[in-house]
Amino acid sequence: MKWLGRMAAIASKETRQLRRDRVTFGLIVGIPAMQIALFGYAINFDVRDLDAVVLDQARSSLSRQLVADLAATQVMRIAWQADSEAEFANIMQRGDASLGVVIAEDPERRLADGSGPVVQIVVDGSQPSLENVAQGLSSLPILRRHGVPPGGAPAMTIRVEYNPQKRTAVQVVPALVGTILNITMVIFTAGAIVRERERGNLELLITTPVSSSQLMAGKLLPYIVIGLIQTTLILVIGHLLFRVPVVGSLAELYAAALLFIAATLALGLFISTLVKTQFQAFQVAFMTLLPSILMSGFVFPFEGMPKAAQWIAQVLPLTHFVELIRGVVLRGAHLSDMPVQLGKLTLFFVVMLVAAMLRFHKRLD
Amino acid sequence: MSDAITARGLTRRFGDVLAVDGVDLDVPAQQIYGFLGPNGSGKSTTIRMMCGLLRPTAGSVTVLGHDAAKEAETVRLRLGYMTQRFSLWDDLTVRENLDFMCNVFGLGAAERRSRVAQATGEYHLDEFAGRLAGTLSGGQRQRLALAAATLHRPQLLLLDEPTSAVDPQSRRDFWEKLFELVAQGTTILVSTHYMDEAERCHQLAILDRGRVVAQGPPKRLARDIDATVVEVESDDLPLARRLLSGEPAVLSIAQLGSRLHVLLDRSLPDPEDHVRRALAAQAGTATVERVPATLEDVFVAATSRRGAEAAAA
Repeated sequence: MKWLGRMAAIASKETRQLRRDRVTFGLIVGIPAMQIALFGYAINFDVRDLDAVVLDQARSSLSRQLVADLAATQVMRIAWQADSEAEFANIMQRGDASLGVVIAEDPERRLADGSGPVVQIVVDGSQPSLENVAQGLSSLPILRRHGVPPGGAPAMTIRVEYNPQKRTAVQVVPALVGTILNITMVIFTAGAIVRERERGNLELLITTPVSSSQLMAGKLLPYIVIGLIQTTLILVIGHLLFRVPVVGSLAELYAAALLFIAATLALGLFISTLVKTQFQAFQVAFMTLLPSILMSGFVFPFEGMPKAAQWIAQVLPLTHFVELIRGVVLRGAHLSDMPVQLGKLTLFFVVMLVAAMLRFHKRLD
Repeated sequence: MSDAITARGLTRRFGDVLAVDGVDLDVPAQQIYGFLGPNGSGKSTTIRMMCGLLRPTAGSVTVLGHDAAKEAETVRLRLGYMTQRFSLWDDLTVRENLDFMCNVFGLGAAERRSRVAQATGEYHLDEFAGRLAGTLSGGQRQRLALAAATLHRPQLLLLDEPTSAVDPQSRRDFWEKLFELVAQGTTILVSTHYMDEAERCHQLAILDRGRVVAQGPPKRLARDIDATVVEVESDDLPLARRLLSGEPAVLSIAQLGSRLHVLLDRSLPDPEDHVRRALAAQAGTATVERVPATLEDVFVAATSRRGAEAAAA
């Protein structure tokens, strides 16, 4: 009873302090809301509404039809119609248009005898990933509808083949739960013990009968609740803004989130025992965050990374959580289907917590 | 139980610095025991070893019958500690701070309510109970810190320079409170660098560069001082000071208004005469008079002698 009482005393003190710290309190809701809006819209691996300039040298009904078909993909937005090659080049050079479309003078003849390309797509090579877009566009079956019968493949509608917005948001949002939790949990707890040390409270706190484990548990408890609130917030916003469905069980989703929250809090706590000031704590926290975000499979596909990077990624809790939550949310998988990831996450939590406990002494030396 | 704290050969080293150097102490129960010493003399380090915050490099300290390093948790339940810097939570209210301290010391809800109510009354904190501790004045904070340190009714209070940021009236009130606590059976160890506070202690240890250089009741320390004290009045004090500072028997000179307060080696057979002869150049105007030693003299004599030894060695 007394054990719980002391832990509860620490937890309630921490909560009160957190509530008075308006900025931090605001960040609990603000970080996920802002990040999901930013990441959700900006981290879009598919490109839409690129400004394009069109140089239509044919000015025939076919050429107008081709331009209309390209615009209908929604990948590009026809922003300019150039009248001459010089004007076309000028617009591209200024960077006003990311894409250029040039239609040959005699599209009908070229289509008929296959003597040369009908449409040339010009890409602004200074912007990454646009080339992929152009390749995607050129492989579209637009031209087939206008007379070229290559192997009798049916003219697929563009919408099915190229449905960018939806797929990316669905991939990003669940992983975003992990990323945002990783950021807030590690940073909040990394400062938790250092803050007491910096403000001089620790010297008093450790001369009371509060034990290390009560102190650690009491410090973590409020943040676990905060983590669960953030998880809910991200999923709700993700659902409302990006229509991300939760295919699997909500209970399993929260169970996975809880384990991940515990793992990241333990990491933050461990950082807290390593450093002397809150500033150092934040620096170390950021040092762990960037690899987590880049290497966890959140941004780049895990399989595409070099072997060494994959090994490093194994140490990061986010890697395993991204796999877990994508499994539960998108594929409707059960946690029991993914024991390896669960095991690795648990191991990380235990190792970090033990390390933090061993590092923390109720002494000043 | 006669002694609340016993230290034997207590030593603490930080890297190359010997912060506490072979300290022997016997702090009797139910008294106020003072640590007098300049900054860096090892007062805080000694107190921290007593509450188990630092481990001794050598030697040992027994607090309330337990080894402070090995049985820190047992000792801590019966010990109240007031840190040099205000260490309660600035962003909690006075009442929340007190409630929290009750909770971590494992007091039940009913007991907590009655003790917090009693503490806020006794320490004149009632009107500030809902205020954040960070907005209190120096004197109010210090009352809060003492109230928090005594909530669990400790047998022993360790106070590390408790009055360093407090006005004289608050200091007087604070000491009244300490004597009340002693009357209730508490033992108090307090460190200070104020002479007037040191004089109020039952027993005193003067610390200098990690060593106890004098120990005993303040009155006896002044009586048994290892020096002779004379005061010199002269028309030309700067000249008198120059003349005296060349004398090997002079331990220290301090100016008090229009007089020079001079500490001399006790082995001098006739100190007044010695000073008069040293001031021969202006014999007509100087008067020399022997005066009783103050605690400050004790402090200066004890610390300057060691300094001279250190310089000679």
